[in-house]
Amino acid sequence: MSDVTQVPEARVLPAPRSAASTIRYWPWFAALLISAVLPWLFYDWQHARHAGFVVSVLSQTGMMIIFALSFNMLMGQAGLLSFCHSVLFGLAGYSTVHFLNAAGAGELPVPMELVPLLAGLAGLGFAIVFGYVATKQRSTAFAMITLGIVQLVTTAATMFHHFFGGEGGIQTDRMIGRSLFGLEYAHSIEVYYLIVAWMMIAAIGMYFHTNTPLGRMANACRDNHERAQFVGYDPRMVRFVQFALSGFYAGIAGGLFAITYEIVTFDAVAAPLAANALLMAYIGGATTFFGPVLGAILITLMQSGVSLMSNSWLVYVGVLFIAMVTFAPAGLTGIVLEHAPIARAGLLRRLVLPYARGLLPGLIVLLGFVGMVELLSFLTIGQAQGKRFVLFGSTIDVHGVMPWLISLVFLVGGGVWLRREAIAFKRVWDGLTDIARQGDAPMGESG
Amino acid sequence: MQVGLISLLDGLVYGMLLFMLASGLTLILSMMGVLNFAHASIYMLGAYFAYQIDQWVGFWPALVIAPVLCGAIGAAIEVWGLRRVHHNGHIAELLFTFGLVFIIGRGVQMTWGMLPMPYRVPASLDFPLFTLYGENFPAYRGFMLLVSAGMLLATWLLLKKTRIGLIIQASLTHPGMVSALGHDVPLVFTTVFAGGSFLAGLAGVIAGNYLTTESAMADAMGPIVFVVVIFGGLGSLAGCFIASILMGMVQTFSVVIDYSFADVVKPLGVTIASNDLLGEILTIPVSRIGPLVPYALLILILVLRPRGLMGTRET
Repeated sequence: MSDVTQVPEARVLPAPRSAASTIRYWPWFAALLISAVLPWLFYDWQHARHAGFVVSVLSQTGMMIIFALSFNMLMGQAGLLSFCHSVLFGLAGYSTVHFLNAAGAGELPVPMELVPLLAGLAGLGFAIVFGYVATKQRSTAFAMITLGIVQLVTTAATMFHHFFGGEGGIQTDRMIGRSLFGLEYAHSIEVYYLIVAWMMIAAIGMYFHTNTPLGRMANACRDNHERAQFVGYDPRMVRFVQFALSGFYAGIAGGLFAITYEIVTFDAVAAPLAANALLMAYIGGATTFFGPVLGAILITLMQSGVSLMSNSWLVYVGVLFIAMVTFAPAGLTGIVLEHAPIARAGLLRRLVLPYARGLLPGLIVLLGFVGMVELLSFLTIGQAQGKRFVLFGSTIDVHGVMPWLISLVFLVGGGVWLRREAIAFKRVWDGLTDIARQGDAPMGESG
Repeated sequence: MQVGLISLLDGLVYGMLLFMLASGLTLILSMMGVLNFAHASIYMLGAYFAYQIDQWVGFWPALVIAPVLCGAIGAAIEVWGLRRVHHNGHIAELLFTFGLVFIIGRGVQMTWGMLPMPYRVPASLDFPLFTLYGENFPAYRGFMLLVSAGMLLATWLLLKKTRIGLIIQASLTHPGMVSALGHDVPLVFTTVFAGGSFLAGLAGVIAGNYLTTESAMADAMGPIVFVVVIFGGLGSLAGCFIASILMGMVQTFSVVIDYSFADVVKPLGVTIASNDLLGEILTIPVSRIGPLVPYALLILILVLRPRGLMGTRET
C-alpha cells in the first residue's frame, strides 16, 4: 500500500522569493479591502444598521477560511488526512469560553483582541497531546487514528459536565469590558472586524510557513518520506511539528467561533465539521495555498443558502464531491491553473465557444438532477415535515407523473447532449494544449 | 453471574457482527489501500433492502437477495467509481467513498423516510431458545451467531483452501507479481470489494431487526468498525477477529458494570471528589461511559503498540 494521503502532483505554491514589492502582495491588500468593505455593501441605510444575516455569514466565512487553511497545512502541505481537525478547533473553542468567563469575572486580565491568541495557544497544546499519538503513523493509519480521536472527544464532550457542559454545551458573554481599542463587542460587526484582523494574521502566518524550512520539509515528507529520512530528517518530528502548528491556527478559528456565537457545544468538536474542512480544502483545491480560501467561501455560502432551501443539501454535496474527485482532483483552483499554458499562448479565446456550447446541456442536466432529487425528497422527508413543493409560485404535485417525466427527460437527454459536447470540447482542448506546448518548447528542439 | 453469562453471549453475537463488517473492510484496505468509508453505508443499505424484501416476499428470501444486491452495488462502485479515480491516487479513492456516504445516507432517508423502519424478527425465529438463570436467550440471537459463524468459516475456507483464496492472498502482498503470472488483478479487486460488500450487507440483514433499521445506523456502526480494524492491526484477519470479539465484549459488559475508578480504589482508602473534569472522569460509573471505552482502548493500544494488535506492517 503506497502513500494514501498523497495528493497527486501536489505543489503548494511557494511564496515569491524576491524582495517584498507591493505588486506581488496585491492579493493580500485586495483581500483585506474586500473583507473590510463587504458588510457595508449590505448596510441598511434607512434604518442605519447592518444586515444581521450577511454579517453572520461573513463572520462564519472568515473563521472557516482560517480553519480550512490550517487543515490544508496537513492535507495539502504534509499529505496528512486528518479527521480530528475539528477536535483542535472545538477544544480551543471550549477553552475560549472558559477564558472569557474568567476574564468576565476579572480573573484573567486579557483584552478581547488577544483572546484568539490564547485560543490558538490552547489549540497548540491540544494538538501537541493528540499529535503525539496520531503522528506516530502516516497516511491511512494516521487518518484512522484521527477518526478514533474525533469519536473519543465527541463522546466525551457529550458525557462530561465539567469543562464540556454535557449535551447542552457551555455559554459565555463576550462583553468582558477589556479592549485595546476601547471596543465593547456588543455588535456583531465589531466581532466581524476582529475576525478579519485575525484571519489576515493567521493567513499571512500560514503563507510564510509554506516558505520556511519546516514547511518545505513537510512537502518533502509528503512526497517521499523515506528519502527525507535518508537526508537526515525525522519525518515523524516533521509531522508532529506541522500538526502542532496547524493546531495553533485551528485554535484561533475555534476561539473566534466561541467569541462569535458565545456558546460551544459538542458539534464544534464533532466529525461533520472536520469533514467540512476536508470538503472546503478539496473542492477549493488542496494543491494551492489559496484553494482552501476559495473552498471555504464557496461551501459556507452554499451552506447558508442552499441548505436553507433544500432538504437534500447533503446529496448535492456528495455528488459535487464525487464529481470533483473524479474529474478535477486538483480542485477549482486546479481547473483554473490548467488554463494557464493556453492563456500564455494567447489561445484562451478559442475556448469560449466550446464552453458556451456546453453551458446549456450542463444546465439542463443540473435541472433534471435537482428535479429528481427534490421530487424524491418531497415524497418522503418533505411530506413528513408537512412541506409542499413550490416552484415559480405554483405547487407541484409530487405524486403526478408529469414532473417526474420532465425531470427524467431533462436528466437523460441533457446527459447525452452534454456527453457529445464534452467529447467535442476535449478535442478542442487537446489541440490547444498541443499548440501551447509546442509554443513553450525551446526553439532548437524541432530543428 | 447470570448477568455475566448472558452478557458473554450477547458480546459474542455483537462481536461476530462486527467481524462480518470489519473483515471486509480490512481485506479491502490491505489489498487495495482504500479506506472504504461507505462500508457502513452498505451495511445500512443491507438492512433497508432486507426490510423492503421482507415486506414483499418474506425474511428468508431477503436473507439471500439483500446481501447479493449489496455485493452487486459494491462491484458497481469498484468498477465504475474507484477504478476511474484510481490514477488520481489513494486519497482520491478514499474521498470518493467519503462522498458516497453523503449520497447513500441522504438517499436512504429520501427513499424510506426519516423514521426507523418496522423491520422485525421473523415469527419463525421469535421464541426463547433457552432460559438461563431465569433470563431468556432469544432464538434469533442464536441464529445471528450461527449465520456469522457460518460466514466466517466459509470465508476462511475460501481464503485458505481454494485457488481463488490463494490468488487473493497473493494479490494482498504482491499484486505486481500476481499480475505478471497472468491473473487479472483488477478482477480480484472487484471480487474482494463485492465480497466485502456482500458480508456488510449480510450483517445489515441480520442486524437490522436485532438493532434498529434507521438512517443513523451507518454513523453508529462506522466508527466502531474502524476502531476494530486499526485495533486488530492492518492486514491481519486474525487480529481483526480478536479485536471484533473484544470490542463486542467491551461494549456489552461496559453497560452492566456499575463501578467507577473511584469505587475500585476506595478499599485502598483513597477517595476522589468529582468537582473537576479529572474527578468526574474517575468517579463516573463505567456503564455511563460505555460508548467511550472502545476509543479509549484504541488510543491506548496505539500508544503502546503503534501497529495494532497483530498488524504486520506500519501503515
